[in-house]
Amino acid sequence: MKREEYQKLVNEYTPKVNKWKNAVIAFFVGGLIGLLGQIIVTIFQNSFGMEVMASYSWLCVLVIFLASLATALGFFDNWVSKCRAGLFLPTTGFAHSVTSAALDYRKDGFITGIGSSVFKLAGSVILYGILSGFFLGVLGVIIYG
Amino acid sequence: MIFFNAFLVAGTFCLLAEVLMDNTKLTPGHITSIFVVLGAFLSFLGLYEPLIRFGGAGATLIIANFGHMLYQGAIIGFHEIGVLGLAGGLLSKSSLALVSAVVFAFLFTLFFKPKN
Repeated sequence: MKREEYQKLVNEYTPKVNKWKNAVIAFFVGGLIGLLGQIIVTIFQNSFGMEVMASYSWLCVLVIFLASLATALGFFDNWVSKCRAGLFLPTTGFAHSVTSAALDYRKDGFITGIGSSVFKLAGSVILYGILSGFFLGVLGVIIYG
Repeated sequence: MIFFNAFLVAGTFCLLAEVLMDNTKLTPGHITSIFVVLGAFLSFLGLYEPLIRFGGAGATLIIANFGHMLYQGAIIGFHEIGVLGLAGGLLSKSSLALVSAVVFAFLFTLFFKPKN
């Protein structure tokens, strides 16, 4: 079989992704998370008398709690495969990556399993977050003083 | 109006991420890392704080906010204790998200088994 023919076959059998549908779903799921977050934050501020910053912090903890729980109960992977960026780009994705790594590597023990693998997925976010935060911080201090 | 803005901001970020993922070979790991760096960069340009004022929780719930928190932590650290504060304060504001993710992950791992 020639290479072009093979490539043609591969293309035929690769599942077609419906980019428009994915994009619309990601937009609405992500937007819904933002909207629900804003509703919760407003309730925190009005009913519990929280400061704005404190309400964002509590929301962050709440969202991480819920996403971790959904991951541990086994729902989250299904949801992510349907909603894609709508669920992995918000803080839910970060919580999911930490919890699912911890669950997956638990069988290898507490030190060599969970301990060494808990940041297997979230590690890149932490690494590049710290690097960009630090170097941009240095640059910002030099520029803005 | 803030509710609509929250929807718009969070939705737009996720839309961009999805379009980026569908049209390139990047994985979710690449995309989230890119958006964290983007968040730090927007914060560096002074744009993330206005975005939070505009979009509220819609802006704080996106992973880019992690980058914003890291950058702000470094700057606040610098203003409090000088050069050492750049590193010393870097994680101060994002500590909440990191610690709660680790604590919940560990606790749930003790009580639940992986499903597959």
